[in-house]
Amino acid sequence: MDAMVRELSYAQAIQEAMAIAMDMDERVFLMGEDIGVYGGAFQVTGDLVERFGADRVMDTPISELGGAGVAVGAALTGMRPIFEFQFSDFATLAMEQIVNQAAKMRFMLGGEVSVPVVMRFPAGSGTGAAAQHSQSLEAWLGHVPGLKVIQPATPYDAKGMLLAAVADPDPVMIFEHKLLYKMKGPVPEGYYTVPIGKADIRREGRDLTIVATSIMVQKALDAAAALEAEGIDVEIVDLRTIRPMDKQTVIDSVKKTSRLMCVYEAVKTLGIGAEVSAMIAESEAFDYLDAPIVRLGGAETPIPYNPELEKATVPQVPDIITAARDLVKGVR
Amino acid sequence: MAAASKAAADSRANLPFVYRQYSAEQLKQVLYKMYLIRRFEEGAEESYTRGLIHGTMHLSIGQEASAMGICMPLGEDDQITSTHRGHGHCIAKGAEVKRMFAEFFGKTTGYCKGRGGSMHIADVGKGNLGANGIVGGGIPIAVGAALSSKMMKTGKVVVSFFGDGANNEGAFHEALNMAAVWKLPVIFVCENNGYGMSTSTARSTAVKNIADRAAAYSMPGVIVNGNIFSEVAEASHKAVERARAGEGPTLIESKTYRHRGHSKSDRNRYRTKEEIEDWMSNRDPITLFENELREFGFIDDKGIEAIRDAVAQEIADGIEFAKASPSPDISEAGNYVYTEQA
Ligand SMILES: Cc1ncc(C[n+]2csc(CCOP(=O)(O)OP(=O)(O)O)c2C)c(N)n1
Ligand SMILES: [Mg+2]
Repeated sequence: MDAMVRELSYAQAIQEAMAIAMDMDERVFLMGEDIGVYGGAFQVTGDLVERFGADRVMDTPISELGGAGVAVGAALTGMRPIFEFQFSDFATLAMEQIVNQAAKMRFMLGGEVSVPVVMRFPAGSGTGAAAQHSQSLEAWLGHVPGLKVIQPATPYDAKGMLLAAVADPDPVMIFEHKLLYKMKGPVPEGYYTVPIGKADIRREGRDLTIVATSIMVQKALDAAAALEAEGIDVEIVDLRTIRPMDKQTVIDSVKKTSRLMCVYEAVKTLGIGAEVSAMIAESEAFDYLDAPIVRLGGAETPIPYNPELEKATVPQVPDIITAARDLVKGVR
Repeated sequence: MAAASKAAADSRANLPFVYRQYSAEQLKQVLYKMYLIRRFEEGAEESYTRGLIHGTMHLSIGQEASAMGICMPLGEDDQITSTHRGHGHCIAKGAEVKRMFAEFFGKTTGYCKGRGGSMHIADVGKGNLGANGIVGGGIPIAVGAALSSKMMKTGKVVVSFFGDGANNEGAFHEALNMAAVWKLPVIFVCENNGYGMSTSTARSTAVKNIADRAAAYSMPGVIVNGNIFSEVAEASHKAVERARAGEGPTLIESKTYRHRGHSKSDRNRYRTKEEIEDWMSNRDPITLFENELREFGFIDDKGIEAIRDAVAQEIADGIEFAKASPSPDISEAGNYVYTEQA
């Protein structure tokens, strides 16, 4: 019997995944700031505290470094914590535990231990929260061997990848774009997983490959729909995982379309686009390229408060349309 | 004249600190500013509801005496670091509400030229080094400013405002320790409003009073009723004297309450209506101060009315100024990332 499929929001899908994980495994518990009665800053935990109690939906003090470290320590010793950062920007306060401890513990101890911790990071701009609450820092963590870093772009993937993250024996960092939380999509009931480390072809096309992450997947799909009317056929690869990256799917797509564009919200320089471009330049797909690779990323500035400036600072659908059109038509 | 002021001074001898320390004019100015903070935030809240301001904001309504009392003994050259709940600190340190509104409206005439908004409001010219989006982020920065003061011998005192939630961040503990070790002219002001977002101090903090933590860093820890202007100002006065004398930092815990939710998305599930009601009707800092001023003969009803009217006018003018101001041009989105050099 197939599982019932309903429309859920991205936030509801994550909440459901956490509830399933807690039902299935009593070692799973949630930690974070204001995730109890408040329901989380973005209502992702919602009313879970009523169902699972305050011992398994634990409010922490405002102590990111300590909190993340407690989660790492609990994971190291048999529990399965899911730690919510209130905003991904506050990862900066916990970098020590994430980068020096969680990521390296298994390696340093010669494989004697593992750290099955899951950390969730509400990320991205678009809410008027200004420079310290709007960043996209996933590439920072993507740079660290020992971590797995994922960016689900749909409610379906949000649920399935979270369940895969909980089942994973290593630290998994989940970046969730805040503007996706209200996005709805089909989500099956019950347990299923979506593999970490596997990209997804969200739209097949002949003329151009767009590799997008997170909210940019939807923007790229919108752009592709508009470009179709002009006779430009775009293939969209939703990267989904930035470490370990699914190189083959991107390589195969570029070999097919001969053109590559990377679209991501984080600051353009030294980001995911640089990695994907270099990876293609190093691969057999390089010989297939008919045009230089294009990166569309965030501006080289912090995210401004003013709403017009804020929009102008990250790629929008018209930017993707223009850049894709120019790329296909050979305009430089 | 001399006799009259001596008589006035004698008649004040038994009054609380501020009534002995400051002139009637100064005290009326304090009431004016407390109203200015309150009405500014009400105006900002209304503008937000009407869609004129985006993002979110954290209102300090109910905490006005704390901001005003702490800033009372500070000079214009003294500095503060503030928090996400920083509108009151900003006004208390001397900011103009019209430029604050302009910032909230994202305009070029705002204190941060529309780049910062409510959570990053600052007025560097008046010594406000900025609100902060990071809980606890301003505390070590204040210690650094105090280090500059000591090294450069400027005589400046620095106040770091932060909330009860912030005292559980590592930055708080590291900063207090350094300030004490180096005897810096800094005052740590914890505005304990009972909650860090939804989490009460009882659920987040291992000590009963945050001031108790001062002992761990060998500095005085002072508790004041943050809703009584005179109490706050007196504690601040002493801490400023101590700092200026080179004796080092003080931790002041100002116990207060925020009437509004944490931010614009708060369902207030973690506290009761009765609790909020009690603080609003029985311990409102503006009402308490106004009643004292009236009781001690510093102001009459007509004087209070005049203050309220003048504040209303300044707020209305400020909103008009903000509305009429230009938005930044999109071509300037990349400005101010680095220091422009000629
Ligand atoms: C490092 C960090 N963690 C969490 C937050 C989210 N946050 C903003 S304000 C706040 C509560 C702060 O409580 P408190 O320090 O008591 O100040 P209050 O809001 O009560 O004035 C939280 C959790 C943040 N901005 N920065
Ligand atoms: Mg508080």
